[in-house]
Amino acid sequence: MVDTGACYESKRIRVTVNGVTYERDVDVRLLLSDFIRQELGLTGTHVGCEEGVCGACSVILDGKLVRSCLMFAVQADGCQITTVEGIAQGPDNLHPIQEALIENHGVQCGFCTPGVVVSMYSFLKENPEPSEEEIREALAGNICRCTGYAGIVRAVKSASRKAR
Amino acid sequence: MKPSKFRYTAPSMVAEALDFLNEYGSDAKILAGGQSLVPMLNLRLARPKILVDINRVEELSFIRVEGDTLVIGALTRHAELEKSEIVKQNCPLLSEAAALIGSRAVRTRGTIGGSLAHCDPAAELPCVLHALGAEALVVSKQGERTISMDEFFITYFTTALRPDELIREIRVPVFTKRMGHAITEVWRRYGDFALVNVAAWIKTDSDEKVVGAGIALGGVGGSPHKAKAADLLVGKRPDEKAIKETAEAVADEISPESDNIASSDYRRHLAKVLTRRALTLAAARIRG
Repeated sequence: MVDTGACYESKRIRVTVNGVTYERDVDVRLLLSDFIRQELGLTGTHVGCEEGVCGACSVILDGKLVRSCLMFAVQADGCQITTVEGIAQGPDNLHPIQEALIENHGVQCGFCTPGVVVSMYSFLKENPEPSEEEIREALAGNICRCTGYAGIVRAVKSASRKAR
Repeated sequence: MKPSKFRYTAPSMVAEALDFLNEYGSDAKILAGGQSLVPMLNLRLARPKILVDINRVEELSFIRVEGDTLVIGALTRHAELEKSEIVKQNCPLLSEAAALIGSRAVRTRGTIGGSLAHCDPAAELPCVLHALGAEALVVSKQGERTISMDEFFITYFTTALRPDELIREIRVPVFTKRMGHAITEVWRRYGDFALVNVAAWIKTDSDEKVVGAGIALGGVGGSPHKAKAADLLVGKRPDEKAIKETAEAVADEISPESDNIASSDYRRHLAKVLTRRALTLAAARIRG
């Protein structure tokens, strides 16, 4: 017989987000994106399509880029998460990717920007000297409907040079 | 909350997962990478009563070579297939196909077993595994069985898997000398499911005549289509003429449906062009 006690509708989880550890009781169907925004109040993680296409909700989970709308909070139990709030050292000390987005006009309405920052942060860690084609491929997972990408691509190129 | 109500369990062993599947049958749904299932849950297109999350089942995550077979655990992520040296050396078609799936974030989570079980008609891995003549080893409380890709795919999002069964591993013949391969696709937007994709391999003898070939197409029907016309190449040199004839015969044996993205005629046209390109590249890549 199956131990149905091991099957639950809510669970207490413990996650570390941007270096701070939180413990919360969560409904098992709460998406990680909604958990980050509503339970933790970290609204930098944006929610766009909620079906894994737009990339606005990208976060880094145990070192790997994931779409937080395609995971449940309960699945992140015991994990380390970095959201866009954890990328800069402080408000006056932005990450080179963020600086480069400002300098290269890579931001217009700003909705996709947190996802772009997180996703490019993870991409440049893996591939610190990408070609333009590689940058464009990596950016394909983040949909921007304002800037036409040219400014974002320039920003990522510039940030990769700065990081070197 | 976006998904409808469900109960959740995250076993750490295959045997525990099978207990749940055995108990709840079609009320239960396996959650692997979740890159297709979670959108369906969010849109309430799927409303399982129990979600069996296998992400913590470590015994399902491995890549190894056993004799002349590449054995891949069902929970192996697309990003692992893409980067694994073992896969690159023993089945480069599989690592190239994995690199074409979705975006980086999707490849971090998505799994080979999940892609097969979900059976999207245009997904890369089912197409490639069909072309290569792979097998799935599936397990249940009743025991285990091996399902060839010829039997595995039924139609749109439907496979030969029973509700109490779990894919444990995928078994793929390793590449040998004098083999070349390619995967070609056309999509509207980078990372989308392809309109049509074609996976192909060719093997020649020392006279440069074809001794075996495999061609599979995605996006041309309810499930990946393994082209019988691949046999037309056997005994010939894979030159321009043989490849053109084969590509035309491949297009003749499919009857794709029209939808709001592409007409049947356009998909058949793509099938021909992409088959020709795939075979041309595969032939050029054959090395001793």
